[in-house]
Amino acid sequence: MKELSLNILDIAQNSVKARAENILIELIEADGKLTLTIKDDGCGMSKETVENVMNPFYTTRTTRNVGLGIPLLKLAAEQTGGGIKIESVSENDNPEIHGTTVTAEFFTDHIDCTPLGDIISTVTVLIQGSPDIEWKFVHKKNGGAVELDTRELREVLGDVPLDNYEVIKWIEEYLKEGYSSI
Amino acid sequence: MKSLAELAAIREKMKDKVVLREGTGEIRVVVGMATCGIAAGARPVLNAFVEEVTKAGLGEKVTVSQTGCIGVCQFEPVVEIFEADKEKVTYVKMTAEKAAEVVEKHLKGGNVVSEYTISNVIS
Repeated sequence: MKELSLNILDIAQNSVKARAENILIELIEADGKLTLTIKDDGCGMSKETVENVMNPFYTTRTTRNVGLGIPLLKLAAEQTGGGIKIESVSENDNPEIHGTTVTAEFFTDHIDCTPLGDIISTVTVLIQGSPDIEWKFVHKKNGGAVELDTRELREVLGDVPLDNYEVIKWIEEYLKEGYSSI
Repeated sequence: MKSLAELAAIREKMKDKVVLREGTGEIRVVVGMATCGIAAGARPVLNAFVEEVTKAGLGEKVTVSQTGCIGVCQFEPVVEIFEADKEKVTYVKMTAEKAAEVVEKHLKGGNVVSEYTISNVIS
């Protein structure tokens, strides 16, 4: 992947497929380190599956026997000296509280650290693709923060769906403004 | 500054519309957004379709959605176009520029851009 934001788009799609109702994407940059967290309340995975997802020859897809999403994120993190961690509770083990949290650490001063790229585009594509999910996006750096919570938007929008073109455009502009101030 | 008041204005504007969902689904544009598609450049293709469909005034008629792996990863980014009573059209190795062309010629004009279809690539 040419941009970390593409890895983020890819991993968040797993949360969508896990039928999550709430998905958090959090980026925290401090002291030369970028910590990415993607947390969902989807169906979760069994212990066995969690162990397997790091393996490129494990996949849930039916069109190919290769699943590269997590291995590519792992590679992107490890090539900077960082790494990834996956915690998951399957709905079969706990019907009340379940979901998956993927955490990745990147050392941003490392020469092999992939640039974040167009993160705004990743956020708008995710919301456009799954407008019924509650998305929370947080990016903290330089003492400032860019934040978006679809719950707050929905309160104002009422019945207007989040994939409405003007709403998506508003989100894009809102995030752009946020980034220009940090 | 972007404000929530602008969202309230969008809501106000939409109030009179019978169909709140974008698109009635007469034509469905589906972009493959699995790992393979994303790595090959599906994100700008998706954005281009959303943008161009609206610009062309086709927002009521065309729905742009995302799906997982379509199964022909070597041809990603792949876009499928479904229209009632018509055969599915599969566009391959798409770019934002090609997407704009497909909106103009195919979705608006009704003519398949055969140059970019899968049958053109594999035959």
